[in-house]
Amino acid sequence: MREKILGIIEKNSKMDLKELAIILGESEIDVANEIAAMEADGTICGYHTLIDWEKTSIEKVSALIEVRVTPQRGQGFDNIAERIYKYPEVNSVYLMSGGYDLLVTLEGKTLKEVSSFVTNKLSTLETVLSTTTHFILKKYKDHGTIMAKKFEDTRLVVTP
Amino acid sequence: MRNPLSDKITEVKPSGIRKFFDIVSEMKDAISLGVGEPDFDTPWHIREEGIYALEKGRTFYTSNAGLKELREEISKYIEKKQKVTYDPMKEIMVTVGGSEAIDMALRCMLNPGDEVIIPEPCYVSYVPCTKMADGVPVIINLKNENRFRLTAEELLDAITEKTKVLILAFPNNPTGAIMEKEDLEKIAKVVIEKDLYVLSDEIYSELTFTGEHVSIASLPGMRERTIMINGFSKAFAMTGWRLGYACGPELILKQMVKLHQFAIMCAPTTSQYAAVEALRNGAEDVDMMREAYNQRRRYLLHAFEEMGLPCFEPGGAFYVFPCIKEFGMTSEEFALKFLEQQRVAVVPGTAFGDCGEGFLRISYAYSLEDLKVAIGRLADFVNSLRKQ
Repeated sequence: MREKILGIIEKNSKMDLKELAIILGESEIDVANEIAAMEADGTICGYHTLIDWEKTSIEKVSALIEVRVTPQRGQGFDNIAERIYKYPEVNSVYLMSGGYDLLVTLEGKTLKEVSSFVTNKLSTLETVLSTTTHFILKKYKDHGTIMAKKFEDTRLVVTP
Repeated sequence: MRNPLSDKITEVKPSGIRKFFDIVSEMKDAISLGVGEPDFDTPWHIREEGIYALEKGRTFYTSNAGLKELREEISKYIEKKQKVTYDPMKEIMVTVGGSEAIDMALRCMLNPGDEVIIPEPCYVSYVPCTKMADGVPVIINLKNENRFRLTAEELLDAITEKTKVLILAFPNNPTGAIMEKEDLEKIAKVVIEKDLYVLSDEIYSELTFTGEHVSIASLPGMRERTIMINGFSKAFAMTGWRLGYACGPELILKQMVKLHQFAIMCAPTTSQYAAVEALRNGAEDVDMMREAYNQRRRYLLHAFEEMGLPCFEPGGAFYVFPCIKEFGMTSEEFALKFLEQQRVAVVPGTAFGDCGEGFLRISYAYSLEDLKVAIGRLADFVNSLRKQ
């Protein structure tokens, strides 16, 4: 049941308990207990809304930053990752394989704000060796959802 | 000037769905629950394989019976799913949708006057195809109290000395009914006893929600008496690719391939390459879609229960078949009024046979969000009728 619940609410966290129970053919109490358990053990970490900010009047700049760091003895990358993810403007921090170590995504109001974060805060951390900043120009698809176009039903309206 | 038409074709009635289609098409703001095809796009990896086939210039005829590698994949797939083995070189042919296979099979099996037993409600093409093949359709009216399954008694009652073929179409369009192994065993016994053949249209086999689909061809003594028809439209959301197949004993398949060779040549090449990919790597897509349909099915059944609309629990396909007899209207009257007042299109049960009177076919090949809106309107409509 866990897998099925997660499969549904990963796409639509708005669905209420009653409805979840109906479409899964389970009792409402069982579904509620399962979700509560997953919230408690951290399987479910939060409920977010996917927003296309382009459609609003709010200005936002998103960036991906590749960060190369010196791992610390006994700590590996955890310490430096923590120092970075504690900044509230940072959206995500991933440890990566390949040409760099950490991938940091963040959002700011303006280009200037993002670049000042990189130059003043990120680059000055003592274990950070280098950063490469990429600004996101357009989001076509995010979290499995295509933002660019709306679904259109092109089927014939009635067929046998 | 002489009449250019044959008596046979002019006597065939046009599909009852056509009339509804014309009315709904005129309405710009109507929500339709009348579609008989998946709402999912063909999975991207399958489409990509079609594109790749075009890029590579694979734009020629394939052999009449279909690409060898596709027939081999079909053979493996049927063996795994239905536990029946067919020789890909002699007992499998690829057709232009399941529809072509139905037509070809009947034309190859019937002599003038041979009777074909057709349990209704059912898909719209069996009766016309039987007539065009000079057969005589014999209708069995399936019953709601039997959950629209065919019983051995009903079958026995319909059999005459002229009966040659029984058409079985489960999971069923429009009712969503399935036939389980025990049901099929009873039918198989009669079929063998009376020396009949079965045309088993299993196009919805992958969309079985309560247990596994069982093919009548897998029962002892039935493989030699069955033409099994299936295709890619419903399982892999590939309706527009027009691709199906027939499996059966060589004696019959050989003649079907001959007819197919003269009438069709071969199924579309691009589609055949895409279908190979579907069978090799599409199992997860099928599971995902089946689960989504099943969720919608549960939602609808629950919604009908809440509005007090009787509906047996369908085990397959993507249709529900609620009963509207309490309102004292014909299915068509109900559907027209519902469309007029609430702007939602459903198909009257009578489009699938006279015994569909008093029922509606509601398709759930729509997103849950769309279904919610439409079913909300159905609840309003039903309540307003009850108040009157």
